[in-house]
Amino acid sequence: MSGLLAIDTTTTACSVALRAGKAVLCRYEAVGQGHSRTVLAMVRAVLDEAGLEMTDLGALACCSGPGSFTGVRIGIGVTQGLALGADLPVIPVSTLATVAQGACRTHGAAAVAVAMDARMGEVYWGCYRRRGAGVVTAGEEAVVSPDSVVLPGTGDAWLGCGTGYGAYAEVLAERLGEAVTVVDPERLPDARDCLALAEVRLAAGARGVAAEDVVPTYRRNRVTQG
Amino acid sequence: MRVLGIETSCDETGVAVHDSARGLLAHCLHSQIETHARYGGVVPELASRDHVRKLAPLIREALERAQTPRTALDGIAYTRGPGLAGALLVGAATARAMAFALDIPAVGVHHMEAHLLAPLLEADPPAFPFVALLVSGGHTMLVQVAGVGRYRLLGESLDDAAGEAFDKTAKLLGLGYPGGPAVERAARDGDPGRFRFPRPMTDRPGLDFSFSGLKTHTLNTARREGDAPQTVADIARAFQDAVIDTLAIKCRRALDETGVRRLVVAGGVGANAALRERLAEVARRRDARVHYPRIEFCTDNGAMVAHAGCLRLPGEGSRDDAFDIAPRWDLESLAPPGDAVTAPAAGASAPGAGSRG
Ligand SMILES: Nc1ncnc2c1ncn2[C@@H]1O[C@H](COP(=O)(O)OP(=O)(O)O)[C@@H](O)[C@H]1O
Ligand SMILES: [Mg+2]
Repeated sequence: MSGLLAIDTTTTACSVALRAGKAVLCRYEAVGQGHSRTVLAMVRAVLDEAGLEMTDLGALACCSGPGSFTGVRIGIGVTQGLALGADLPVIPVSTLATVAQGACRTHGAAAVAVAMDARMGEVYWGCYRRRGAGVVTAGEEAVVSPDSVVLPGTGDAWLGCGTGYGAYAEVLAERLGEAVTVVDPERLPDARDCLALAEVRLAAGARGVAAEDVVPTYRRNRVTQG
Repeated sequence: MRVLGIETSCDETGVAVHDSARGLLAHCLHSQIETHARYGGVVPELASRDHVRKLAPLIREALERAQTPRTALDGIAYTRGPGLAGALLVGAATARAMAFALDIPAVGVHHMEAHLLAPLLEADPPAFPFVALLVSGGHTMLVQVAGVGRYRLLGESLDDAAGEAFDKTAKLLGLGYPGGPAVERAARDGDPGRFRFPRPMTDRPGLDFSFSGLKTHTLNTARREGDAPQTVADIARAFQDAVIDTLAIKCRRALDETGVRRLVVAGGVGANAALRERLAEVARRRDARVHYPRIEFCTDNGAMVAHAGCLRLPGEGSRDDAFDIAPRWDLESLAPPGDAVTAPAAGASAPGAGSRG
């Protein structure tokens, strides 16, 4: 099977993951705003470690947001450039789903309520349930004030993760009460989880899209005054 | 050498393929004018969003039109600065990654250098040395060009750029955005004798410009005289005459001071027909010649970046994994191709020196 390379630059973390046969090779670093100095070096490092070239890959995956606007665009720009240069299809993956997948991987969660700090008094909010080796969305992703987040239905034991639980701990605790157990208020997306979600989609028959059809997900679209 | 050029520094997404032996093979442009029109100026976040939407399809289209398979490219050039940080990053990220995947060198070019050298894309290019007048929405400068990478700043605007003055004047006269063409249209019906506006900074030596006082003068006149159509036309005329006169006086001085006999005009304001007429007259009196890039290459475009890239790649192209941008970048810090270039430190927030260092 040809290789799959996943990239995430949508938050203050920068990470890449490469599927090469049975192995998954990863890099992850907290870079702040330093993605432009780090991301391609990480790609080169995992390719070198695996002894692969870009032309050995079969597809790319990337987190397409929501997240920092600039980070989202760097990730998409880099992914599109790589896809155009190596003629590869792309599987875009939600940043929030990637965070949820990470919570499933490390905490064995079955239902994850992700809240990522979106600044300006809001969070990027998304709820996911585990299904098979991946997660499926339960309700729409949104950018909302932490005092108005909504859990989809009852009966799940939700685990809360993402930087929103750090930034708005009290408001979210008050809003969600016992329904959510906060386990990971610092979790950022990791490309290895983006890779896992893309593999689930590939296994289900997805082919990915062309470079020019990869579009950023911002969620926040009110970016001008008036 | 065949080069893909990518321009995303402001509000146009431009992509082109230039071949150093065969010339320009294709160029594609997406203008964001409509996106920003209702805000009366460029909104940086909207500009970045538009670039990331349009760049990949334009790359595909440019390669197709140039009948150039991606593997036939020898290098990729992108605008590294000056410009809007978020917009520049889109081009830099895409260009570096594409070059990485193709295992070819990439180079970040200086947007103003690309403008300065754009007339070399034409059939009858100016020889060096020449004096260049760059008049756009973001810049007004006079530069002495001794050769590629040998630039001396003769003068620049201390406040508003000439194009910006056109845009602001159009806005306060209710003429719409972008202002240049609107003011020019209105001025055609204006009476040149009704108002006379000051010619800023022409009564003393020097080649710097200042247009913000003129803008205030225009505003005060408009307030006093009202907004009857004829009055608006007369004010537009007086404003345009003042700007053109100022630019022409400084160009004349620059030619006389340098002894150079070739004037290159680039930037969006260079599309102004009245300015062209006036500069032709200045040149005629001195036995000098004025060169313009074709109109579509006066404003931002990918062709000028691909062209500058052809000149810069052999000496400065790299397979660096890091990509940095330079939102502020002193034109005079450039060196001829092949020599080391002094550039601001790496990083998206590169501070950069003031443009006169
Ligand atoms: N006919 C014209 N007369 C005067 N100014 C013009 C004319 N056409 C365009 N402009 C001005 O040129 C500027 C756009 O040129 P451009 O080189 O794209 O600038 P920038 O890249 O700095 O935005 C705008 O300010 C516009 O008003
Ligand atoms: Mg320009």
